[in-house]
Amino acid sequence: MTLYLLRRLFLLVFVFIALSILAFSLGYLFPGNTLQNFTGLTDISAELATQLTAEYRLDSGYIQQYIAYLQRIFSGDWGLSFASKQPLLQEIKILLPATLELAAYALLVSFFVGIPLGIIAAIKPEGIISRIISALAIAGYSIPVFWWALLLIMLFSLGLGWLPTAGRIGVLYEIPHVTGFMLADILLANSQHQTEALLNALRHTLLPTIVLATFPTTVMIRFTRDSMLDVWEQSYIKTARAKGLNRAQVLYRHALRNALLPVIRQIGLQFSTLITLAMITEVIFSWPGIGRWLIDSIYQRNYPAIQAGLLVISTLVISVNMLTEILHTLFNPLARKR
Amino acid sequence: MNVSFGQIILPAPGRHFLSLFLAASLGACQPQLPETVRSGLVYCSEGSPESFNPQLVTSGTTIDAISQQLYDRLLDIDPQSGELKPLLATQWQVNDHGTVYEFTLRPDVQFHQTEYFSPSRAFNSEDVVFTFNRIMDKNHPFHYQGGGNYPFFQSVDWANLVERVVATSDNTVRFELNRPDSSFLSNLATDFAAILSAEYGAAVLEQDQPGRIDSHPVGTGPFRFKEYQKDVLIRYYRHKTYWRELAKPEQLVFDIVPNNARRMAKLFTHECDVVAFPRVAELGLISQRPDVDVQESTSMNVGFWAFNTAKPPFDNAKVRLALAMAINREAILQAVYFGYATAANSVLPPTSWAYNAELPLLPFDQTQAKALLAEAGYANGFSMDIWAMPVQRLYNPNALKMAEMMQADLAQIGVRATIVSYEWNSFRRKLSNNEHDSVLIGWSADNADPDNFFRPLLSCSAAQTGTNRANWCDANFDRLISQALLTSDQKQRRSYYMAAQQYLAEQMPLLSIAHSQRFQALNSDISGIDINPYGGISLATAVKDVK
Repeated sequence: MTLYLLRRLFLLVFVFIALSILAFSLGYLFPGNTLQNFTGLTDISAELATQLTAEYRLDSGYIQQYIAYLQRIFSGDWGLSFASKQPLLQEIKILLPATLELAAYALLVSFFVGIPLGIIAAIKPEGIISRIISALAIAGYSIPVFWWALLLIMLFSLGLGWLPTAGRIGVLYEIPHVTGFMLADILLANSQHQTEALLNALRHTLLPTIVLATFPTTVMIRFTRDSMLDVWEQSYIKTARAKGLNRAQVLYRHALRNALLPVIRQIGLQFSTLITLAMITEVIFSWPGIGRWLIDSIYQRNYPAIQAGLLVISTLVISVNMLTEILHTLFNPLARKR
Repeated sequence: MNVSFGQIILPAPGRHFLSLFLAASLGACQPQLPETVRSGLVYCSEGSPESFNPQLVTSGTTIDAISQQLYDRLLDIDPQSGELKPLLATQWQVNDHGTVYEFTLRPDVQFHQTEYFSPSRAFNSEDVVFTFNRIMDKNHPFHYQGGGNYPFFQSVDWANLVERVVATSDNTVRFELNRPDSSFLSNLATDFAAILSAEYGAAVLEQDQPGRIDSHPVGTGPFRFKEYQKDVLIRYYRHKTYWRELAKPEQLVFDIVPNNARRMAKLFTHECDVVAFPRVAELGLISQRPDVDVQESTSMNVGFWAFNTAKPPFDNAKVRLALAMAINREAILQAVYFGYATAANSVLPPTSWAYNAELPLLPFDQTQAKALLAEAGYANGFSMDIWAMPVQRLYNPNALKMAEMMQADLAQIGVRATIVSYEWNSFRRKLSNNEHDSVLIGWSADNADPDNFFRPLLSCSAAQTGTNRANWCDANFDRLISQALLTSDQKQRRSYYMAAQQYLAEQMPLLSIAHSQRFQALNSDISGIDINPYGGISLATAVKDVK
């Protein structure tokens, strides 16, 4: 097992090196001045340029430059954003939790909705309920996320006027930024009007969560259903049934545990899609997360921000992938032995 | 279809959420909501401010967001009559030559108490001297802070006009001018002449962070600064020791929503209380809703087509006149302004006291335009560029569309026009360098004085600073408008401005196209906001009727 973990860790380090090389080379591949792309400063005097060139090792070979780049990444000096002139790491620290929060809610919804529905659909595969669930899953799977989001906004915000269209919380609520996770920050804010603020934040979260959860939920439904059907055919299920266990007991003790194993792995695989969809959702709902920020940065040709954003998001996706892989192995004795 | 969809996709935990948010939406009307939220006002603006110091900017977006909320000026303009009213100055005297102005300042006016600054004294003459010296004194510690450009003051030639500003006592200030200038008081009343705190200036210098004077503002206005997140929001709180009636909203938030459609959506969902610049094309849709009101006011502005008169063939007045005559203005008014504008026969709007009503509206006559072109030696026409500004402004809601219509009109008289547009910042930079042939742009007045339409737009000094889009420097015209400034007799001034408008109509350095109305959409439970025809909006008197 230790060997396995080490192997995974080694792979992770290797992938990170590849990613950082890519991010580093973007400094050269992007149009414009390399020094500007690395520092984020737009107005560099000749004097400062000499000093920075020495500091960034731009006068030495690429390898030294890359090492200097890595040192800066690890010491937290990520350069400035062209647009705001603020340190990038600072901006990312504020934005990333918003994206993670949204993605986490969506994942939770997809578990608590997708898995039960998938099981129900598997119990009587030819039944009418099963067919309805499968049809919905296909529809939800194929619906473009931006269109779905606009439909929901049309209905719940503009038509019925129930839910807000943008942001994480009403702008009149001033919640100090502590963790970056809105619900946690509200609880930490210690104001007398916590309940109101909390409800307001939930109303803002509802539509983006539904939109973002749609795709992973449908994937979860289909996957759980298929996996369930697969397991249901296994001989150990028949044995359990023959021993006199009732359907519910068999389902819970034998079928579910085995059926959910591949589902865990699926989370990791779906995570990159989830982040991509989160970007679109953030843009539509003006959710102040890293995806919207990255898209804005692309529009504004904010090269340092694109560089840093890519590095953060890809590191995140790969780490989550790796984590679910490890979890899957932990839970699955068969995979551990391999 | 989508209804059933929503219901089925919405799963069990979703239903729980649904009940939560139903509780929330009911709870929104209950009185236990915090005061800052209940009486808070959300104004959805169309862009981020460039700075928090009105001296440094000209854009209406910035002025709306900062000027009247955070600062006071020495004088105010009555929005109805256009007359000057006392604000921070209680009274003022002019000497017989019109070159020395003495102001008596209001006592007990407090600056903002914020997280980053605690004032130890009330407003006095030192602050006035500090504020205006920053603009004109190159040795002032803040003169070069933020680039050393004061666009409005440069356009009215402030540095050459004002000899010095002296504090004669704690509560009196004297402005000494090099020559009489009857627009001087009006300029002091503009949103750009906001009074800063000298004490705060000294404090940021001591902390060695001079930039904070423009990014973390301290003024005497009805609201104090709380926070600013670029492209997200600006948050103000009520200034609790304001010298006038306290601001009605406890909290004021500028929610920055550049997208027009999204701003409208936020108005309909009541996420915004007031929305700046609803699209004229959507006014019909808005007025159908019972929960939303539209306010309208004739604004002091003009949209125009300026020719670069330094470039041939536009240096020839006949060519300019021919081009102007070839344009079907009526069609433009309908298609671009949707009828919410009046055709302009002068740069001055009809509401100005110096407006020349006798001037005929230039006819739409392509035959005569062709004849004029032939007379000027361009019988076969020529090629030219029309620069169309990339942003939506009150005076020109859709410059690209206007340019396309003009392109078609010009083709009729043999002029081949190409439409050019750049991103807004480079657009303005290239304009200041006079790289254009002709440009569709405009002007919104900052004060009621007619001079505000002439000198910043068409004088020789404006041509030097690059705000004269026609790049026009005409000795006769300059004499007329400077003479108008030397006297304070309104009748005499009026006759000079009449003559100046007549002269413009003959020379046609720019074609005034339309004066448009300004619109604002707000929730019907908001009252107490008026559109000010001179510059920025004030939100201190806005009242939210809580059900």
